[in-house]
Amino acid sequence: MNRTPLYAAHVAAGARMVNFAGWEMPINYGSQIDEHHHVRNDAGMFDVSHMTVVDIRGAEAPEFLSLLLANDVAKLQTPGKALYSCMLNESGGVLDDLIVYYMEEGWFRLVVNAATRDKGLAWLERQGAGFSIAVTEHHELAVIAVQGPHAREKVHTLLPADVAGQLAELRPFNVYMHGEWCFACTGYTGEDGYEMMLPGNEAEAFWNRLLEAGVAPCGLGARDTLRLEAGMNLYGQDMDEDVTPLVSGLAWTVAMKDDRDFTGRAALEQQKQEGVPQKLLGLILEDRGVLRPGQKVITSAGEGVTTSGSFSPTLQKAIAFARVPAKAEVSCEVEIRGKYLRARIVKPPFVRNGKACEGIL
Amino acid sequence: MSEIPAELLYRESHEWVRDEGNDVVVVGISDHAQAALGDMVYVELPEPGMSYEQGDACAVVESVKAASDAYAPVSGEVIEVNTALEDSPELVNNDPYGDGWLFMVQMSKPDELEGLLSPEAYAELQED
Repeated sequence: MNRTPLYAAHVAAGARMVNFAGWEMPINYGSQIDEHHHVRNDAGMFDVSHMTVVDIRGAEAPEFLSLLLANDVAKLQTPGKALYSCMLNESGGVLDDLIVYYMEEGWFRLVVNAATRDKGLAWLERQGAGFSIAVTEHHELAVIAVQGPHAREKVHTLLPADVAGQLAELRPFNVYMHGEWCFACTGYTGEDGYEMMLPGNEAEAFWNRLLEAGVAPCGLGARDTLRLEAGMNLYGQDMDEDVTPLVSGLAWTVAMKDDRDFTGRAALEQQKQEGVPQKLLGLILEDRGVLRPGQKVITSAGEGVTTSGSFSPTLQKAIAFARVPAKAEVSCEVEIRGKYLRARIVKPPFVRNGKACEGIL
Repeated sequence: MSEIPAELLYRESHEWVRDEGNDVVVVGISDHAQAALGDMVYVELPEPGMSYEQGDACAVVESVKAASDAYAPVSGEVIEVNTALEDSPELVNNDPYGDGWLFMVQMSKPDELEGLLSPEAYAELQED
């Protein structure tokens, strides 16, 4: 099994380790709910070094990414900007979701899911065949996400004043390079913070300094409830190769207003023309219980299914994403162990910047 | 290492049993089980008056992570359930052998107690 450069730090902190996509990763360091609240109220950090960092370099990198990605890389007009996108197959199915960073002229960086690494790299190679580009995977980098309302200021205290000054100006979905360190104002929690890429051999020392600065180590368990509350999809659960972004709550990430050609576009055009049959929306359970992936949802317009579900520590209620008929009305039922429990369909996100979103409670 | 009180009996599926006399037992899940499941957020308890055979799934403990069945460690009728868990499922984490108990059973086959695991045997099971 693979281990990140922070493995020893996790074990020393008493983490419960699990196998995640072939990586030995911390699921929690005690209480997953406490970790969740740390991120919502203060600052928490996640080791996400299992994620795959791939650089695309070359004069034709923009043309290549324009074909590869459903979102339009041309939106990244200057270096230092980042964009969330899906990568589709010819049938419009989602092969992966990723963030693309525009590092400098002729250099883009992709961060893709660990679980889809092999498939994704093979796809990049195939799609990139006709382009003058170089694809390089960066095993040597560690990735640490520091998230929460106090995350950025805590990171700043550990950095030289000039770097901290630059970072203080950084806007969401912007990235700042300092030597081999890359600070991106992105995340998977619905809170402010950084996703930092840094050399693996410097990761443990920095992790320990973050600990000393009062940043709480958080596991994949809290990461999952945080992203669910924040209305962010998880690849393999909320979307995969068999569904399009249009039925996965990701239509906003597909740029097809102009006539740019990208892989999967024809299939999406056709689905749009025929009418998108389903939507991925949020569910809030009104009765007692816990929503989980794969539960049947009974709506006014037919059946649907939950794709992600858990207990929301912020809302103190069970929440889920569900793929439901596009015309479903708000009130619905979820089948849990043979019982039909009352639920309400809402538009995610559930929580942003520590608070319940409008219309959620 | 998880806590395994010496005065209780255990089952392979991680329930504990406390003999209250008069063929009545209190049932909960072990410290090991609560730690493995993580933060409890919901407990579905049996209805008082329902009868179960030993090994029947009769309660569901749900942590943030997952739902897990709890099994009747002995046969009999459920005579009382821990209603405090409705609003405070975290009692199962904080006090698994005390305030986090699940239900009480009036045993129909008291001999079944003899077949349960001693604290030593349960400790060994966890080491495997």
